[in-house]
Amino acid sequence: MAVHTITITVNGAQERLEVPSNMTLLQMLREKLALTGTKNGCEAGECGACTVLVDGEPANSCMMLAVEADGHEVLTVEGLSPEGKLSPVQQAFVQHNAIQCGYCTPGMLMSAHALLRRDPHPTTEEIQEAIVGNLCRCTGYVRIIDAIQTVAKEG
Amino acid sequence: MFARPGLPSFDYLRAETADQVISLLLKHGDAAKLLMGGTDLFPSLRDGALHPQVVVDVKGLPGIRDISYDAVQGLTVGAAVTMNQLAQHPDVRAHYPLLAQAAGAVASYQIRNRATLGGNLCNASPCADTAPAALVLEAQFLLYGPNGGRTVPAGEFFLGPGKTSLQPAEFMTAVSFPPPAVGVAAQYLKLGRCKTGDLALVGVAVLGFKDGTPSGCCFRIGLGSVAPTPIRAAQAEEVLASAAPSEEVLALAAEKAMRASSPITDVRGTAEYQKAMVRSLTLRGLREVWQRLSVA
Repeated sequence: MAVHTITITVNGAQERLEVPSNMTLLQMLREKLALTGTKNGCEAGECGACTVLVDGEPANSCMMLAVEADGHEVLTVEGLSPEGKLSPVQQAFVQHNAIQCGYCTPGMLMSAHALLRRDPHPTTEEIQEAIVGNLCRCTGYVRIIDAIQTVAKEG
Repeated sequence: MFARPGLPSFDYLRAETADQVISLLLKHGDAAKLLMGGTDLFPSLRDGALHPQVVVDVKGLPGIRDISYDAVQGLTVGAAVTMNQLAQHPDVRAHYPLLAQAAGAVASYQIRNRATLGGNLCNASPCADTAPAALVLEAQFLLYGPNGGRTVPAGEFFLGPGKTSLQPAEFMTAVSFPPPAVGVAAQYLKLGRCKTGDLALVGVAVLGFKDGTPSGCCFRIGLGSVAPTPIRAAQAEEVLASAAPSEEVLALAAEKAMRASSPITDVRGTAEYQKAMVRSLTLRGLREVWQRLSVA
């Protein structure tokens, strides 16, 4: 199988990596760069646990090849708090107890982060629409939506 | 190598030209699969339904990610244009709101950032959200193959679930939509198991504009998820062409649309329910479009 040399910017740092053709962006992040914040859920684009931002836009990293990300910028949940200081959305998730098992949280945060960047004041419906592709099986969505709404109001 | 099985082995190639794609498809036949957004390809690879030796990424072809519009030529959408690109594009929203609405109805925001118009159509799932819109907008599909380019009307493209009129080594480069009729109104109604995010259980696209037919209006109805392919409800359209719209005529047309459908009972719903919903959604769409035509 072919191996490709790619140059990719992950959380602001440029990386030069060797990736086999069939390696997903998710596998590259977790297993080449040890960025295990991004989770592997359904591997079919349903659950959104693997959501990262590619050039600022959310994508399911399990449904994208690492080689496709050559030359692009990727932001993962680790990149939301580069100096260990929680981002406003992360802070709001903590304050609203919008976390239970936490498995969906990184993906939820990335979708919320992207939403607030493209629209700093979304309506409840727009928030719901933005996280349709992020499934939570324990906390439920009310607290998550409340948390995102808090940032939207304060922002 | 990895904790999870992940994807099977293949060689990834990025094509730079359409002819390069053709030569790879000719060389590898069924062992080559084209990649655009991958939202249908990757689950098939993972499930073992497909075992390609080569995956050819066509997103880098010139123009394949472009949208262009002018009032005379209409709209041309490159096959690898994403659903979010379509749903958000100012010309698409202004002149083809039905297409923007259908693209925005696909799956989730993340998926719409990757899923492409060409992929949605070529995958030929009966439930493809953009297919009923392509049918009623009377889109033309631009295909390119070993013998050069050709154009196939949307209505002749879908042959069965997963089956299209694409010939071996042929692929879709773009979709062209004729200029919109003056005063056109259209609506896409999608029913899933939940409000958004699901595959369509029933998808109905209704389009109407005033014309010179005996009824004074031309209506087109596209149905998704309720037959082996996306279909036009021709008999319903004939009813609407022959009599001026009234509540009775709209109801009769909705009844005909229901009869045009042939859904199957599956995990998402029974055939009987889907048929009944074709009638309800068609009637709702017709009322909405008729009302907008009346006030225009």
